[in-house]
Amino acid sequence: MSNPLYRRDVISIGDLSRTDLEFIVNRSAELKQSGPLPLLKDRLIASCFFEASTRTRLSFETAVQRLGGTLIGFSDSGNTSAKKGETLSDSIQMIASYADAIIMRHPQEGSARLAAEVAGVPVINGGDGANQHPTQTLLDLVSIAECQGRLDGLSVALVGDLKYGRTVHSLAQALGHFNPTFYFVSPDALVMPAYIEDSLTAMGIRFCRVGSLEEVIPMVDVLYMTRVQKERLDPTEYTHIASQFILKADMLAQARSNLRVMHPLPRVDEIHPSVDRTPFAYYFQQAENGVYARQALLSGVMNEADELSFPGGR
Amino acid sequence: MSAMNRDKMLVEAIQSGTVVDHIPAGKGLTILGRLQLKNAEVRLTVGLNLPSHGGGLKDLIKIDEWRFTESDAAEMALFAPRATVNIIEDYRVVRKFPIGLPERFVGVFKCPNTNCITHNEPVDTRFSVLAADDAVKLKCHYCERAFADSLFIEQGSL
Repeated sequence: MSNPLYRRDVISIGDLSRTDLEFIVNRSAELKQSGPLPLLKDRLIASCFFEASTRTRLSFETAVQRLGGTLIGFSDSGNTSAKKGETLSDSIQMIASYADAIIMRHPQEGSARLAAEVAGVPVINGGDGANQHPTQTLLDLVSIAECQGRLDGLSVALVGDLKYGRTVHSLAQALGHFNPTFYFVSPDALVMPAYIEDSLTAMGIRFCRVGSLEEVIPMVDVLYMTRVQKERLDPTEYTHIASQFILKADMLAQARSNLRVMHPLPRVDEIHPSVDRTPFAYYFQQAENGVYARQALLSGVMNEADELSFPGGR
Repeated sequence: MSAMNRDKMLVEAIQSGTVVDHIPAGKGLTILGRLQLKNAEVRLTVGLNLPSHGGGLKDLIKIDEWRFTESDAAEMALFAPRATVNIIEDYRVVRKFPIGLPERFVGVFKCPNTNCITHNEPVDTRFSVLAADDAVKLKCHYCERAFADSLFIEQGSL
């Protein structure tokens, strides 16, 4: 039987079903356990970063190399023919004729969808402007499953900038397949957009807005923190408001023992370093899982088998 | 001649083509603009602020020798969702259908998101129509953002 991701483009978290997400979460755990396997042997992957993003690029490229694949590509558009005025469509068609799959990041929304339509090989979106960054959500799911032992029926607080944060929007959408209870904690000016709340309502997902971090901590399994950006708030209010969304170790006294604190990183000051030394901190393990989640995704897209096997044995 | 008869005569007074009727008063010129974009040579006759059956006023456009398909009509749907299209042959209405919102618009509107890739690439824009209650939104296939219909009604041509 072929796995559900084989030869697929991965552009938007909304394209992935519960089955797809479970496949990636399980495969990721298996790969973390097994250590490197040559699942991308003799595969050439193009890593096309039309916009610099060191963390995402290194994580993808590590995943490819750990699985024995080889890479071509570029880390920003400065030296590409995009500078000469070539369309993205032409660039991608050319690259697709060289490589077996394309990982791309691009500053404009919709670029990855367009690339997938013109490329004859699978395209994996590493971020298209402010639109989608599906592998961030995949590593979040992998980390949640890892630290909680399950994905179904969890209580999850999403904290910080819920209005503009694409990470929390995608995570809410993906977790929506697993019957969660959401608590939204944000400044009044940065609440979850109506269209996300409407789609959760339509899916029958329970959610509520909660005024403070302290109030929500005893109720949740996952505390997902995000950064409140200064430029989103009135400067005179920023210090006062942002301080209400800063997590410190002593605030976790009432937390459930299984609670884990997550953050997409980089953090600025929304998680005080005192939290790092508590058993609740999970953001560095989460970042490490980025490599396993991307290995799981790439191995599924590039290999038909739904079981972890590879030519020639281990 | 009563207002109704005069109106009926206006509708049927072309030999063959299309009459778009029951356009909300004031929207006729917008539709006219879009028709001329699709075919600059087309012969058009326009009635503005005509009396409507149900009271109030309407606009009406007659188009010679161009029989609308349902997809031609659908392009007008955002501007005049309750208009009707009459297909005329030999001075008679041979087919009449309401303008209905299509499921999608392809190559009709620019994406209101200025950072959408469709502004820089040789590709048709594609929007799916999300209609809920009285609000109509168009969602871009590429940048995945949904926009209120008013943003498209205000914009000019593609």
